[in-house]
Amino acid sequence: DGTNRRAPQTSIGTGYDLSNSVFSPDGRNFQVEYATKAVENGGTAVGIRCKDGVVLALEKIVTSKLLKKDANKRIATVDRNMGVVHSGLVPDGRHFVSRARDEASSWRGTYKAPIPASALANRMGAYVQAYTLYNSVRPFGITAIVGGYDAETEVDVDGAVGSGPKMGSGGKTPGAKEGGPYLYMIEPSGLYWGYYGAATGKGRQAAKAELEKLNLDPSKGEVIGLEEGVKEAARIIYAAHEDSKDKEFELEMTWVSAVNGPTKGRHEEVPKELREEAERLAKKALEGEDDMEE
Amino acid sequence: MNHLPQAWGRPRDDIYGHYNPAYLPSSHGGTQNPSALPTTHTQSPIVTGTSVVAVKFQDGVVIAADNLASYGSLARFTDVKRLKRFNRKAVVGFGGDVSDMQYIDRLLLSLDVEENYGGASSSPDDDATKDDKSLMGANNLHTYLSKVMYKRRSDFNPLWNALLVAGIDDKNTPFLASADLLGTTYSAPTLATGFGAHLAQPILRTVVPDESHVKDLTKEKAVEAVRECMKVLFYRDARSMPAYSLAVIDGKGVELSTDEKLEGQSWAFAETIRGYGTQTV
Repeated sequence: DGTNRRAPQTSIGTGYDLSNSVFSPDGRNFQVEYATKAVENGGTAVGIRCKDGVVLALEKIVTSKLLKKDANKRIATVDRNMGVVHSGLVPDGRHFVSRARDEASSWRGTYKAPIPASALANRMGAYVQAYTLYNSVRPFGITAIVGGYDAETEVDVDGAVGSGPKMGSGGKTPGAKEGGPYLYMIEPSGLYWGYYGAATGKGRQAAKAELEKLNLDPSKGEVIGLEEGVKEAARIIYAAHEDSKDKEFELEMTWVSAVNGPTKGRHEEVPKELREEAERLAKKALEGEDDMEE
Repeated sequence: MNHLPQAWGRPRDDIYGHYNPAYLPSSHGGTQNPSALPTTHTQSPIVTGTSVVAVKFQDGVVIAADNLASYGSLARFTDVKRLKRFNRKAVVGFGGDVSDMQYIDRLLLSLDVEENYGGASSSPDDDATKDDKSLMGANNLHTYLSKVMYKRRSDFNPLWNALLVAGIDDKNTPFLASADLLGTTYSAPTLATGFGAHLAQPILRTVVPDESHVKDLTKEKAVEAVRECMKVLFYRDARSMPAYSLAVIDGKGVELSTDEKLEGQSWAFAETIRGYGTQTV
């Protein structure tokens, strides 16, 4: 799992795992670690931060033939330019998204501008962490991946009616780079970091191994583009699914680009044609691997 | 007598006893405890926009408003855009108080963000061929705005605006309706607020006398009629200016231009006018 969480067997019978916000003698909150277990059962979710945008993808296990195809969307939009994908307890995820939307709206209420992805991640991290502080609540049973594109162009102040002074608002440094693609992952403990690529859920190990092979670190050369990111995300979800091959799944994918990119700065579903093409390539790549093994 | 309402129409002290001045400012014998003060609301507009005019045509609606925000008689702000695009189906034209217009604009922005959570897309460049059944039509927007306006006036705290909502409804037919600070609403094939109601409506009604004439009016003729109205309004409305915004909303989306200029004004005749009666030179 990359992080060095020990198996919580030692905690059973000790009494330190019965109540949230209780420290065990070695300084752990077992209830939070149990919440992480709930996440590990969820479908694989990945986020990829590309050169010109962010891709979010989710493996949705089809539990019944009676479920309508392409319905019951699980990746949610926050404001216009951010997306949230989560793995674990679905209703906890919906509550998380609802809070994220409230935070985005209250930020606009105060600052008359969209909330930066970093600020949203910070506020949601704080919110999730608050659910580890009291024994009257339980921790979030999800790990959420938050991806967004902060505008690089100057955005209008909400409700502005005139063009205002010709100088930049708030005194700008000429040529300073602002905005761009951002990706964060928030865990049940409230811990969050910014990532180049993030994965959670059942197939996270395989997904992380695949993500590490991609060029996502800008300090190490050219980062992959958004369309390539879409294809890689699909391939990674398919690869991560190999361990639970017996179960059917549906791939849900969304993306967000800059204002001059394919989504015009908005978080949207990946168009059907592109998603199907990505899935075709993903299946082909898997067959190729099988051939090599044989 | 002074400007404080509590001094007006006081009952006789010898019959009703002394008035309790507790809530008055300390200069008038009050204690100025804010919790004891009566609720008061702003009751007059400060920075204002003048007329909005609009007319339906066979495929959609044309709407226009000038770019001026007046501070009383001072033409204070000259690049104020009073037409606001809501989505690819609707535009709102605002007359009246500009700060209230900004408030409503932010309200519409948050409404649009929340509508998108439901899955509808209002991306400016989405083509209309996409499935857009769930997108709010201008009629839905007008209902929403009229409820906001009526609630506020019922709280004795009105939003000091006259609005025109122009666009296409959920059946993609032209829609035009008004809502104002009282929550009053009405619809007609031609509409205008403020001075426009007196000066532009008569002109627009020569072009579209009733609903049956809407289908005969082309987009070009509708734009021409609205431009003519803007000119007449600039001639005769002292709170207007010659730079204006004009929007056309039809099945193809919204075309909004914010830097239109009045053309072909007629002032040559002024040379021939001398004095006010007897003067000849």
